Amino acid sequence: MSTTYDLTLGPVGSGLNDDIGEEKRLALFRSQVRLRDSEQRAFDLFLQNLVKGTSHLSLGQEAIAAGFAEAMQKGDLSFCTYRGHAHTLARGVPVEKVLGELMQRDNGLMRGKGGSMHLTSEEHGVMGSYAIIGAHLPIACGAAWRAQYRGDKDVAVCFFGDGTTNIGAFHEAVNFAAVWKLPVVFVCENNLYMEYTPIKDVIPIPQPAADRASAYGLERILIDGNDADVVYRTAQLAFGKARAGEGPSLIECLTYRHSGHSRADPAKYRPEGELEKWKEHDPINLYRERLRQFGVKDEVIAEIEASVRKEVDDATEACKAAPSPPLDIITTDVYADGGWAWRN
Amino acid sequence: MAEISYRDAVTRAIAQEMARDPDVVFLGEDVAKPGGCFKATVGLYEQFGGVRVRDTPISEQAILGAAMGAAMTGLKPIAEIMFSDFIAVCFDYIANEFPKARYMSNGQTKCPLVVRTANGAGSRFGAQHSQSVENWCMMIPGLKVVAPSSPVDVIGLMAAAVRDPDPVIFFEHKSLYNSKAEVPDGEIVDTLGTAKILRAGTDCTIVALALMVPRALEAAERLRIDHGIDCEVIDVRSLVPLDTRTILGSVAKTHRLFTVEENPRLCGWGAEIVSIVADEAFYDLDGPPVRITTPHIPLPAADIMEDVVLPTPQRIVDTVRKSLGS
Repeated sequence: MSTTYDLTLGPVGSGLNDDIGEEKRLALFRSQVRLRDSEQRAFDLFLQNLVKGTSHLSLGQEAIAAGFAEAMQKGDLSFCTYRGHAHTLARGVPVEKVLGELMQRDNGLMRGKGGSMHLTSEEHGVMGSYAIIGAHLPIACGAAWRAQYRGDKDVAVCFFGDGTTNIGAFHEAVNFAAVWKLPVVFVCENNLYMEYTPIKDVIPIPQPAADRASAYGLERILIDGNDADVVYRTAQLAFGKARAGEGPSLIECLTYRHSGHSRADPAKYRPEGELEKWKEHDPINLYRERLRQFGVKDEVIAEIEASVRKEVDDATEACKAAPSPPLDIITTDVYADGGWAWRN
Repeated sequence: MAEISYRDAVTRAIAQEMARDPDVVFLGEDVAKPGGCFKATVGLYEQFGGVRVRDTPISEQAILGAAMGAAMTGLKPIAEIMFSDFIAVCFDYIANEFPKARYMSNGQTKCPLVVRTANGAGSRFGAQHSQSVENWCMMIPGLKVVAPSSPVDVIGLMAAAVRDPDPVIFFEHKSLYNSKAEVPDGEIVDTLGTAKILRAGTDCTIVALALMVPRALEAAERLRIDHGIDCEVIDVRSLVPLDTRTILGSVAKTHRLFTVEENPRLCGWGAEIVSIVADEAFYDLDGPPVRITTPHIPLPAADIMEDVVLPTPQRIVDTVRKSLGS
């Protein structure tokens, strides 16, 4: 099966273009607003020194997390990077759990033992956030191998940045998945910068993931990652292929991060006007307009935005009131017996 | 009982566990149809089929990453890294991924897998195919580390490793693949974290691992016959968990400690054992603990050079004699 992909439409001629429907569109909008507000709140809490350590925000990249998560089924597995707050939230993890972890409180997702870069919630299918570039691509392959081995129908979805396409594990994993025909979907969020260096300065081809796909016998898929409908359609097609035993997909989503790489980065390396240009293509503004085009009333949109704001506000207050984790968990869960004993 | 080789024990161990549990799967470079670079997995592909015993590309990160993803989601993978030296190219999984997933996720993530790998010198392969790298793994919280010295231990410890809920690095010694010993019939399951006293003695304790175990035993025999020194020889078997009780108990009896280590000297496993004994049994000691190790050099390829740098029975005999002053 071969599909043509259009940057602005996603899969062309798939018959899915008008299939999204109002209920799903509202869910896509709500999810994006929730990711935006939560990430903005995380940023604000930094400035108040209530979020410690580092943090990598997905501001501006919400359509990818929302689009994929809304296309996933229960049981599908997400593998994220250190820029994983959005993907974690998009699978339904409560905002309080994520902010609590960033604020290093006992109500955090991992009670402060993992931190911002390692958000994990297996009950929501979030199988970890990995802070070593590329490490989770092979791991996602392993989860997909289990599905293939057992005849399970879940898909492993692995998100990573453009910089990852230059690391060995990327090439090992994509080759491995293609050869074994694994039900894994690799999602490159190309936000144009690795950390500080533009990705175009370090690749000999225009597109870091899409232009490598042919080396592994995969289709070239390059889409507008700021349009949640395009992302959602593309995800559905890739998941269908994976569930049908037709192997992996490698999807490059063009996007742009509104903030720096991490907390420490003011992103001064960006040319003047670039951010402003991308903000004209902001995923949430774009989608709000989309809803209006489909006849959704402003009150409905406003209600979604207000209820999300309340969730984030309530979560913030809960986290501020939450205690620090107790020190007795420092030595728990090193080994499967729950403890840390390495000798008798 | 039947006499089998250490090599065949590997095959038997994996077959025992695969026959018992359909969640056990096995992957690696050339492990399936070719039966392994060291022929230690011959017949598994034929017995269990290509779905459970799979050849991979030469992609060590993909091998270990895939093993981890499978383990996290319900399988019990055994992954082969052909030579232990190659752990260096996939060390992220050994150092950062397997051992930290459970902790970082506050107990959510499991990682029950075994990495088996051919460790050690004696094949004249040079510095990148001969190292003893058990100490690379011993230092990482969250891993378990095993290195059997005999066919029966290969089976028993492999079974224990596969059934263990934590990630286990299983070091097979290349120079032991041809060694043979009697092995009982039927299922064999051992316990991780248990050292074995292979020879009881009263004058000193010699603690050894893997290929160094038969050398320590040979040295102990010569020390008894030629010099009247009665050595107790302990096979550590499992570096993590470490059976310090057996070692401390032996030192309390013999009052002297020697370690025989194939890893290069700096930060070798014996340093940790010496440190524990110094901390906790200092007044049991009648003399300094002594480490017999490979020197702090890359391994040379030529036979006469490689033979000199590894601890030999003669070097063990000489060191023990000199240290005990006899």
